[in-house]
Amino acid sequence: MGTRKGMEVSIGIAEAVMMADVDVIPAYPITPQTHIVEHLSELVADGHLDAEFVPVESEHSAMSCCCGSVAAGARTFTATSSQGLALMHEILFIASGMRLPMVMAVANRSLSAPISIWNDHGDVMAARDTGWMQIFVENGQEAYDHMMWAFRVSEDHDVLLPIMVNFDGFILSHVVEPIEVWSPEEVKQFLPPYKPPYRLDVDKPWTFGAVGIPDIYLETRMAHNEALIDSQKVMEKAWDEMAEVVGRKYSVLENYKTDDADIVFLTMGGISETCMTAVDQMRDEGKKVGVIRLRMWRPFPFAEVAKELGGRKVVLAVDRALSTGGCGGPVASEIKAALYPLDKRPQVVEFIAGLGGRDVTIGDFKEMYDKGAAVAAGGAVPPYEMVGVRA
Amino acid sequence: MFEIRFHGRGGQGAVTSAELIAHAAIEEGKFGQAFPSFGPERRGAPVMAFARVSDVTIRNRSAVYNPNGVLVLDPSLLKLVNVGDGLAEGGVIVVSSHRPAEDLRAEFKLPGRLAVVDGLAIAMKTIRRPITNTTMLGALLKATADGDKTLVDLDALEHALHNRFGRIAAPNIAAFKRAFKDTVVLEEN
Amino acid sequence: MSSLPGWKALPPGCPVQTPLSAANNHTGSWRSERPIWNHEQCVQCGVCDMFCPEACIKQTAEGFYEANLDYCKGCGICKQECPTQCISMKQEEE
Repeated sequence: MGTRKGMEVSIGIAEAVMMADVDVIPAYPITPQTHIVEHLSELVADGHLDAEFVPVESEHSAMSCCCGSVAAGARTFTATSSQGLALMHEILFIASGMRLPMVMAVANRSLSAPISIWNDHGDVMAARDTGWMQIFVENGQEAYDHMMWAFRVSEDHDVLLPIMVNFDGFILSHVVEPIEVWSPEEVKQFLPPYKPPYRLDVDKPWTFGAVGIPDIYLETRMAHNEALIDSQKVMEKAWDEMAEVVGRKYSVLENYKTDDADIVFLTMGGISETCMTAVDQMRDEGKKVGVIRLRMWRPFPFAEVAKELGGRKVVLAVDRALSTGGCGGPVASEIKAALYPLDKRPQVVEFIAGLGGRDVTIGDFKEMYDKGAAVAAGGAVPPYEMVGVRA
Repeated sequence: MFEIRFHGRGGQGAVTSAELIAHAAIEEGKFGQAFPSFGPERRGAPVMAFARVSDVTIRNRSAVYNPNGVLVLDPSLLKLVNVGDGLAEGGVIVVSSHRPAEDLRAEFKLPGRLAVVDGLAIAMKTIRRPITNTTMLGALLKATADGDKTLVDLDALEHALHNRFGRIAAPNIAAFKRAFKDTVVLEEN
Repeated sequence: MSSLPGWKALPPGCPVQTPLSAANNHTGSWRSERPIWNHEQCVQCGVCDMFCPEACIKQTAEGFYEANLDYCKGCGICKQECPTQCISMKQEEE
């Protein structure tokens, strides 16, 4: 049984990374992720964590350094956000393509221009197809627990893929809230030391990241994609075992008050909890509404989404990013793809909420519900809406 | 659920105030949440921070729009910011000022209950620095107390101050206790 | 049928697991002309060795230079760089 402590979520993440006994931390500071690597550098400098902290000159170098260190067999962590994630972009493909397990915490933040340091999911949606596993957490406890979990899944020999743990910048990263920390025994029980199947070794020289001619590239990509899809099984096993160790059970989707709900919100990340508060209030008013929250984003849980959403009247898909000039929200787009093969499909009403840090309130969710209720009553499905935009 | 909005200037420790309330609440087994008004830190600019205290899990992550309590660390902000904005029914505004509460209410048309203490004088005397954030927590707890029952336990807050300030905690604790004693509450008109 | 491995047979990330396996690739077969050193003119400076992109030029016991024809692609850079112009390229067909 761990100890319950009040702490800033970023500090919680750093403490969890220390508990995971990471070997190398190549890092470059960027708001709102800075507190994580700042705290880790203190933990290393003060002798609490025996690790190599590499202050690099850019995020491109941070991710390159991560690749080198994982290839050498070291458990590796980094964190970034927004423009930093964008600057890493080309190396993200290299990390996943070379099948290098590592954990990156991404404090989700909008992309410039105009310059914005505030929260949305624009940064990670631009990195959606980089071949990484990607999950979204909704509170500090989940962020903390998923550091240990992420290393375990990433380093599993059936997976061997890097993973992004996405948590909302500011609305999670800068919040003080209660977190139950793990005991060293619990960490030991759940997370074995990293044993790379192979690594850079002068006594057994191999070449990593060599050219892939057309005869081999296709097969390599196929293997990569299959490993990413199959990682769901390893994730679920790790969630089950984490529940045995610390008593908190996570899954691909989180259902909140959905049993009899005709209308459900589909959300991802920190605003899910605000949405749940709104649902509590609407339930008091007798409305049959619930929340289904996506925890696993890559691989995408098509079967589970179809199963959970298939029988509903209306799905209120709330995106935190915009596919400019395209489908609207990237999450809604996947939802629709998951529902398309079904004979009986719910209507999907789409919202793009909280771009660039615009606060998403309980009142906003109630207004979204009203629009969904109008569709459930036979109204036309409106085009996607930018929530709160001034005319 | 008790919601608090903190008004200060960048560098005056409004965020720390909010965090200390959350830490104290969590320490005594309740649920606490604290966060800044998100953005770049700018010394001297008017800033806000928020805290929530509850007996059940806090899930709302949006800003506080209808505070039950408002803490104003710097009286000069009364001229710049509508600190009473959205104040909940029965809510209280707590101001650090050497002026009588009646004067402040009359000049700034402050709604709700109003609690005042000369936080600056107490801070200068005990901490010897013009920083009122820990001092004014005493005023906040006094103003929001329901009989003997305070928003967060006084011992829990003292413990939170110890954890945060270590060897310089003592003068901060003395200041917060002094403000708790001296705060005058003017009931609603 | 292709003799290349299917996707399931590939090691994750497709590393090259045989050290120095590039040596099995005898690039000498790409050559259409070969370098010939005129020992009358050669001053044994080694510039040809330094510039050879295949690193296949080696000094002999007598101090002169020659290309390993298993790997020499016949690119002619040695001929281009030789300060005494002692290297000439000879068509393979001749």
